[in-house]
Amino acid sequence: MFDLDKWQEIFATIRKNKLRTFLTGFSVAWGIFMLIVLLGSGNGLQNGIEYQFQSDATNTIWLHPGSTTMAFKGMKPGRQINFTNEDYTFVKENIPGIEEISARYYFWENRIISYKKQFGSFDLICVHPDMQVIEKIVIDQGRLLNQVDQQRNRKVVIIGLPVKEALFKNGENPLGEYIRVNGVPFKVVGVFTDRNDRDQQRLYLPISTAQMIFNGGNKIHNLTISTNISVKESEALEQTLRTKLAKLHRFNSEDKSALYIGNTIKEFKQFQNMFMGIKLFVTVIGLFTIIAGVVGVSNIMIIVVNERTKEIGIRKAIGATPWSVIFLIIFESVIITAFAGYIGLVSGIGLLELVNKFMPASDFFRSPEVDFNIAVAATLVLVFSGMLAGLFPAIKAARIRPVIALRDE
Amino acid sequence: MIQLKNIHKTYYIGQNSLHVLKGVDMHIEKGEMISIMGSSGSGKSTLLNVIGILDNYDDGEFILDGKLIRDLNETQAAKLRNKTLGFVFQSFNLITFKNALENVALPLYYQGVKRKKRNIIAMEYLDKVGLRDWANHLPSELSGGQKQRVAIARALIAKPKVILADEPTGALDSQTSLEVMDMLREVNQTGITVIIVTHEHDISMLTDRIIRIRDGVIGENIIVEKLNQN
Repeated sequence: MFDLDKWQEIFATIRKNKLRTFLTGFSVAWGIFMLIVLLGSGNGLQNGIEYQFQSDATNTIWLHPGSTTMAFKGMKPGRQINFTNEDYTFVKENIPGIEEISARYYFWENRIISYKKQFGSFDLICVHPDMQVIEKIVIDQGRLLNQVDQQRNRKVVIIGLPVKEALFKNGENPLGEYIRVNGVPFKVVGVFTDRNDRDQQRLYLPISTAQMIFNGGNKIHNLTISTNISVKESEALEQTLRTKLAKLHRFNSEDKSALYIGNTIKEFKQFQNMFMGIKLFVTVIGLFTIIAGVVGVSNIMIIVVNERTKEIGIRKAIGATPWSVIFLIIFESVIITAFAGYIGLVSGIGLLELVNKFMPASDFFRSPEVDFNIAVAATLVLVFSGMLAGLFPAIKAARIRPVIALRDE
Repeated sequence: MIQLKNIHKTYYIGQNSLHVLKGVDMHIEKGEMISIMGSSGSGKSTLLNVIGILDNYDDGEFILDGKLIRDLNETQAAKLRNKTLGFVFQSFNLITFKNALENVALPLYYQGVKRKKRNIIAMEYLDKVGLRDWANHLPSELSGGQKQRVAIARALIAKPKVILADEPTGALDSQTSLEVMDMLREVNQTGITVIIVTHEHDISMLTDRIIRIRDGVIGENIIVEKLNQN
């Protein structure tokens, strides 16, 4: 099989039939090219959206109070449900397995932030220190908010990178500087970044300070907890929270609009399932493209065998065994598919690299790539399919009777 | 060298059958140069296919070089053809994309002779047929006579015991025909049995013996020398 002479014989045949070789190879190269580009784009799509998703923790449950739509114990529907610090404490103490917990208090209006003569309007979000973990923010300068800030009602703030760029136009170091939030000076202790650009256009304040200074009382707007549990457990937890908070706030636990619950554990799982589906779909399309290529090669090889009937007859008349004919055809096909496939592989990966390099990452598309194992597997599939493509024509060729060669045209 | 006893061969085409060889008896000695003649459809090509182990036969006995040839599988047949038989065809049957040297060397490739060695041997044989300078030319660049000489060199390279030539001069003019026949005669003088199928009387007269085939059986068996004496 590794007889150099046999290979030379095959290469000589390939070299002397360039157009035929090119046409045969092209369909395979195209098939592999498409497979690689498809798989790469699939991965790019997934990477893009996963990147977005991972700008926040994917193991959180969000609780937003709403207003009732059902009468409950003599109370009319339409009653507003409000959360307070007590709800924060209640959830923290009564729900087991919580990793992080934070309340949020928002400013809906009057969000004027200023530093010296620079003004801007950004989201003001007042949180417990745990929220910084849930939001997966990354400190660029300074530090995060901490428990001491919270306990002592310190007037400190951390600001997003775009906020820094908007307010500190002259390149001053913001750490230790005071910015005015609705007129009240707050000391900047940190600058952060977040993968999600919208989540960067923010300032985070300790919730205790904000409630005190901006007449918030003990009011909070929502609650977020993070916990490492399965999808099923998270659904049970949703139910538990709903039941307990319904009792506390006296609304019907069936009344969904009295309490909105977001579950990123479930959403992330659904997202992962969707991507499994997309990946499978893309793989199947890719495989069919390869199969089309293989069928193409097989077809061309059959035509080739027909064209070469006389030659094969001559070879057999002068002593070629059926096996040597099979070898000749199959390995010609294997060489062409392997080589063409390799070209398809390289150009596919090349294209993905170019896209990766020159196309800016967007929310939906980021670093398209094909992993090494898939590339290796594709190459093996190729060699195998080359054999398959050559098999039937080869058997046909081996059956050609040398008498044919004797027959005069 | 070749013994045929009561050889029968029938072709089946759909529901029709064609009984081509109807009991051929023939004996060819080692070192003979004979011609087989017959009108088209008489079965002479079929007979040559049987002798060349290119086709099997239905009934009878065919002994080639002391071996009974019957029910060989393709591989055995291929090896026997390679070792004992050399073919020369009317239409030359050279492989179009291989040059003269590679065409001549091909039987040695199937014997497993290394490339370098077989090219040296092939060059010797090309020299013998006077085409050393044409070794690197493709068949399309050669004249009819040159092509046939390449084919003869190819038939000889495996040192066969029998050369089978099917209308070797059919596509050549009379001058070239004579040259090719001279060459085959030279081959014959080295002790190789030569069998030529032809329908040209002049050509058959250049062999030792003429076997005339009629309607699937041997018609006449003419010794050429005697014919010339008459």
